[in-house]
Amino acid sequence: MSSVDADLIRQSASVLAAAISEGEVSSLEVTKAHLARIAEVDERVHAFLQVTSEAALAAAELVDEKRRSGAKLGALAGVPIAVKDVLTMRGVPTTCGSKILEGWRPPYDSTVVARLRAADMVILGKTNMDEFAMGSSTEHSAYGPTHNPWDLTRIPGGSGGGSAASLAAFEAPLAIGTDTGGSIRQPAALTGTVGVKPTYGGVSRYGLVALASSLDQAGPCARSVLDAALLHSVIAGHDPRDSTSINAPVPDVVAAANRGDVRGLRIGLVKELGGAGYQVGVLQRFNEAVELLQGLGAEVVEVSCPNFEYALGAYYLILPAEASSNLARFDGMRYGLRAGDDGSNSVEQVMSISREAGFGAEVKRRIMLGTYALSSGYYDAYYGQAQKVRTLITRDFNAAFDKADVLISPTAPTTAFKIGEKVDDPLAMYLNDIATIPVNLAGNCAMSLPVGLAPADGLPVGLQIMAPPMADDRLYLVGSALESALTDKWGHLLIEEVPSL
Amino acid sequence: MTAITRQEVAHLAKLARLDLTATELDHYAEQLAVILQSVARISEVAADDIPPTSHPVPIENVFRDDIAYPGLDRAEVFAAAPATQDDRFRVPRILDEEQA
Repeated sequence: MSSVDADLIRQSASVLAAAISEGEVSSLEVTKAHLARIAEVDERVHAFLQVTSEAALAAAELVDEKRRSGAKLGALAGVPIAVKDVLTMRGVPTTCGSKILEGWRPPYDSTVVARLRAADMVILGKTNMDEFAMGSSTEHSAYGPTHNPWDLTRIPGGSGGGSAASLAAFEAPLAIGTDTGGSIRQPAALTGTVGVKPTYGGVSRYGLVALASSLDQAGPCARSVLDAALLHSVIAGHDPRDSTSINAPVPDVVAAANRGDVRGLRIGLVKELGGAGYQVGVLQRFNEAVELLQGLGAEVVEVSCPNFEYALGAYYLILPAEASSNLARFDGMRYGLRAGDDGSNSVEQVMSISREAGFGAEVKRRIMLGTYALSSGYYDAYYGQAQKVRTLITRDFNAAFDKADVLISPTAPTTAFKIGEKVDDPLAMYLNDIATIPVNLAGNCAMSLPVGLAPADGLPVGLQIMAPPMADDRLYLVGSALESALTDKWGHLLIEEVPSL
Repeated sequence: MTAITRQEVAHLAKLARLDLTATELDHYAEQLAVILQSVARISEVAADDIPPTSHPVPIENVFRDDIAYPGLDRAEVFAAAPATQDDRFRVPRILDEEQA
């Protein structure tokens, strides 16, 4: 790799976009540099399930042509991006990390992908994930795990481990993730990157293969707060193809990221998210960040959300219940894997054989859990009660947002753990999302950004900022202020400290 | 309300159209019991007077304009199908042997 390429891959998306629009560098050069990097390191990182080199080069040439002809270009025109393999992209294999969809080429674009294309962004490929987004480590991918660029023997978080790792390995300057219980934020925390779960309904779910429809939300992944804001504004906004899409203006996240100011802002520390069960180094870096925010002029108050302790339980009933219904569509009839179709088996037998062959262990576990929670006799005690807990969690948030403009907590209780450590211990795995799940249940928005390395293991720690529904701009206001203060302290972004691969 | 037997797991697997192996049945009976025990804590919350939330942002009566849009491309859809015949999806027989 030439030094020019090495320089290009480490640039922020905003710098790349400006350079492309000024004609200092072409989108083709930027795209080639990233494809070269993928070719160089992805065998070890395994962030990508599919690299769409030819389409990416063609898209880049088109942007360069447009620029030369004087056409007006978007804020991120010509900038490469990686897309989580749970969003459909017409004609490009979309697997959701599952064998049941191996080789499936969707006949349509998801709205997120359509908006990336409309913004003249260059899609590099599809990123690895836990099968159907069920997991917190990317080990549940049917195509093998993704490795954390900070330490290749460790997990990058999940389910969007591929998207987060692609950023930390400098394979892409931006990526798209999806977050049902923390799948954007927890991988961001574990890889020293930035990830945002927008307000539910803020980004269209059309073409996002559903895990739990009332929780799923796509969002931006980046190496800086400003880059995340630029991507957020490209993908967000009302879509008539998603009936849960909010028909209201998108909060001005880019202006908030550019302003970055916490003076006079009330920041609530959530008492229940921290303490026992959180790694010492995680709490240390979190507490230092709280002091930094105070020093910047924020007023820090403690808030209590007593029902958050029931969030994990409610989530692991609501999610499997919705997932078991959503995944019923994978029956091997119109698309996807079909097994046992030997002429003697009935349609029902073929469905059961196909699903047994196509789904992995965690997916089957959750389908059965959901089937159980929804069955008569158990519905009220499990699913019905979980929906009530959901109401209580929303009320806790409302009460907390009366006292504070934003809430903060550590994003994840630990730093990245070793590959294989928790893979067949579902309860230990589920605990990774203990701090991120409440936001999905209530439908508001949250960001994770890096606040340092844990002293004991030298691995990244993330801080989570939570804001009320449709106040996504506050995440960027606070995130940007904190990021600037930390950058001043360190002399660079945390990601600059990632070991070279 | 937390114990779950191997027979119950087999019944769930049948409902969920999963042709599980004997080993899987044993493994899941054990794991589902542990998971259910842990999530059962939600019953500690007295919630008789609490309305359920099914959706975080309640939006009702969402309609779009009644304008025809082109559907999916037929050839592309069939190209992704496991089996087709006469321009249709081919599926295995619908009836069981005794019903046929």
